[in-house]
Amino acid sequence: MLKINNLHVKLEEEDKQILKGLSLEVPAGQVHAIMGPNGSGKSTLSYVLSGRDGYEVTEGEATLDGASLLDMEPEERAAAGLFLAFQYPVEIPGVGNMTFLRTAVNAQRKARGEAELSSGEFLKAVRAKAAELQISPDMLKRPVNVGFSGGEKKRNEILQMAMLEPRMCIMDETDSGLDVDAMRLVSDGVNALRDAGRSFLVITHYQRLLNHIQPDVVHIMANGRIVKSGGPELALEVEENGYGDLLAEAG
Amino acid sequence: MTATTDLDVREGVDRETVETVQNMGSYKYGWDTEIEMEYAPKGVNEDIVRLISEKNNEPEWMTEWRLAAYRRWVTMTEPKWAMLNYPEIDYQDQYYYARPKSMEVKPKSLDEVDPKLLATYDKLGIPLREQMILAGVEGAEAAPAEGRKVAVDAVFDSVSVGTTFKDELAKAGVIFCSISEAIREHPELVKKYLGSVVPQSDNYFATLNSAVFSDGSFVYIPEGVRCPMELSTYFRINAENTGQFERTLIIADKGSYVSYLEGCTAPKRDTNQLHAAVVEIVILEDAEVKYSTVQNWFPGDEDGKGGIYNFVTKRADCRGDRAKVMWTQVETGSAITWKYPSCILRGNESQGEFYSIAIANNFQQADTGTKMIHLGKNTRSRIVSKGISAGQAQNTYRGLVTMHPRATNSRNYTQCDSLLIGDKCGAHTVPYIEVKNTSSRVEHEATTSKVDDDQLFYCRSRGMDEEEAVALVVNGFCREVLQALPMEFAMEAQSLVAISLEGSVG
Ligand SMILES: Nc1ncnc2c1ncn2[C@@H]1O[C@H](COP(=O)(O)OP(=O)(O)OP(=O)(O)O)[C@@H](O)[C@H]1O
Ligand SMILES: [Mg+2]
Repeated sequence: MLKINNLHVKLEEEDKQILKGLSLEVPAGQVHAIMGPNGSGKSTLSYVLSGRDGYEVTEGEATLDGASLLDMEPEERAAAGLFLAFQYPVEIPGVGNMTFLRTAVNAQRKARGEAELSSGEFLKAVRAKAAELQISPDMLKRPVNVGFSGGEKKRNEILQMAMLEPRMCIMDETDSGLDVDAMRLVSDGVNALRDAGRSFLVITHYQRLLNHIQPDVVHIMANGRIVKSGGPELALEVEENGYGDLLAEAG
Repeated sequence: MTATTDLDVREGVDRETVETVQNMGSYKYGWDTEIEMEYAPKGVNEDIVRLISEKNNEPEWMTEWRLAAYRRWVTMTEPKWAMLNYPEIDYQDQYYYARPKSMEVKPKSLDEVDPKLLATYDKLGIPLREQMILAGVEGAEAAPAEGRKVAVDAVFDSVSVGTTFKDELAKAGVIFCSISEAIREHPELVKKYLGSVVPQSDNYFATLNSAVFSDGSFVYIPEGVRCPMELSTYFRINAENTGQFERTLIIADKGSYVSYLEGCTAPKRDTNQLHAAVVEIVILEDAEVKYSTVQNWFPGDEDGKGGIYNFVTKRADCRGDRAKVMWTQVETGSAITWKYPSCILRGNESQGEFYSIAIANNFQQADTGTKMIHLGKNTRSRIVSKGISAGQAQNTYRGLVTMHPRATNSRNYTQCDSLLIGDKCGAHTVPYIEVKNTSSRVEHEATTSKVDDDQLFYCRSRGMDEEEAVALVVNGFCREVLQALPMEFAMEAQSLVAISLEGSVG
């Protein structure tokens, strides 16, 4: 599904290299987790994959089902099935959450040559999915993320993910700021989406999320590259001992 | 309306915007209708003024009123204080009167109506039944209406071509007709109120309008009457080199209410066309008037060629205690906009509100705002202005708030937000504030921001293309004002916001 090969990325504005030869492959149907110290480049990786401005890829490639992601506009990547749940979801004053969702869903359907959802179909789907994530009808009406609590913003990202049904879901610290119950709601939401044709790349600092969403592979990222990959036990090791030993081991 | 369906409707409204962006070419109303026109000779002089008066079968007092205005006008000079740049206007190189030939005699059936006129209405989105009424077809009034009722008066170049729902409005005692008809049929009202809010001598453009206005709408809502439907006027400039000078007079008698909508379009032309309208609103005790405008005159092309010069004087006089007026405007069109809908808060506890969206793209220039003149005690006013500049456009908010010595305990709140798209455009805020008593308060807040890249990226990462993303973010920026509009207009306005920003990104 997602293949990243030797990716080098620097900031466009300054001479700062952030990703330094990162390689990673997430096969269809799998859940991969990325853990790593603050500032190791995890969010940068997620932004570069989804096409945010401000970065320059100096070397390497990233493909989604064989198609080169790096040549596409952000909206083309979205239509191709890539989704990023933001670490810091953006507020859009004055734009109703529902309007935003619907515009997004129909934009993607249109780009893929599918018929747009009717008003009725859309509302029915949103209401059901919002209820599962315990997102109140009031939050659907309010402007996108404006005045949402940290946890509400994260749940709102998952609502978007559930509505857009992407095939490759990147979640950047979705668990940060969630209370215990919300963590379960979000995990249930993610688990409900798991299937053979859909993959997840879950960036997290905490093993706890991975109790709910069982990863197939855990990667440790440091200083702009993956330094170690392994099974779920790797996350437990990080939880217990921190990154010290792992990083030392990787050199 | 339940909360659910309200949400559904809003949903539809918002979605419309986005669809519009994708489906629309540039200026939607830019077609040109080839209808046989009757013109008065070019230029303006006393004979032309007399001719216009005669064409409208006006009584002598009206002709004299116009002539007095004309004589005043020739002594005046064009104001130049606005932040606008345009070549000298040759007032003698304009037609001051044009009307469709087919209107010379009222048609008896649809067959007799110039089909091109009907096609024009069609493009303007006026429903068929109303088209028939506008075209003056007999018996059309009896046909069943679809959906919500909006009475329409259409002004095509200089002439009001018809008004719908007249009988039904008459039952409620409401008078809604063209101003030329009002001059003939209701001279006592016209004599009493015409020029009482915007005097003939008010300003250069208003004075010119007083001399040569050819038609427009007239509304009278009697005491205690809530107008049973929204009233609407469509103005369209079609003929080339024609100035349109319409005059609107609205009188809301004690305790009455009316919501009035005004829509404007004009064909694409590469020469500039002049539009100088006057709107006067008189609001008596406890009455309320909402006046909404969606102005979409042709803005000129991407290179700044053509477009309407829009010099408009709009003023509401809250003459009675507790009178209320709300101006809402969405100004997306015109090459030049010079427009300051104003509120004279004369009655005690009277209220004025002004909600505005002004969009300027490419080479458009907008100098617009409002005046809140507090004369009565405990008067309130609120100004919410959203200015959007893109391309090389210049957008100026110019607002005046005065609190006279007698206007004790009065309040004004002004919020003035500017949004810039790109780095070649400009936004300017020019507030004038005068407070001449100690118990009144004026608050002014202003912000200028650039359209936010993170917001755009967030939208695009969800699948919207850049134009869609900009339209969505800009509509969000304007929301407070869009919500002040009646539903139908809100839809049209949202699409217009999207259309007028086309090509502003990338
Ligand atoms: N636009 C930028 N300007 C300057 N430095 C930047 C920019 N974007 C990223 N960086 C730097 O690149 C490094 C990687 O940042 P990134 O946000 O990807 O880290 P992260 O692994 O997501 O960290 P965290 O776990 O704290 O979320 C950091 O040192 C950060 O300061
Ligand atoms: Mg991060």
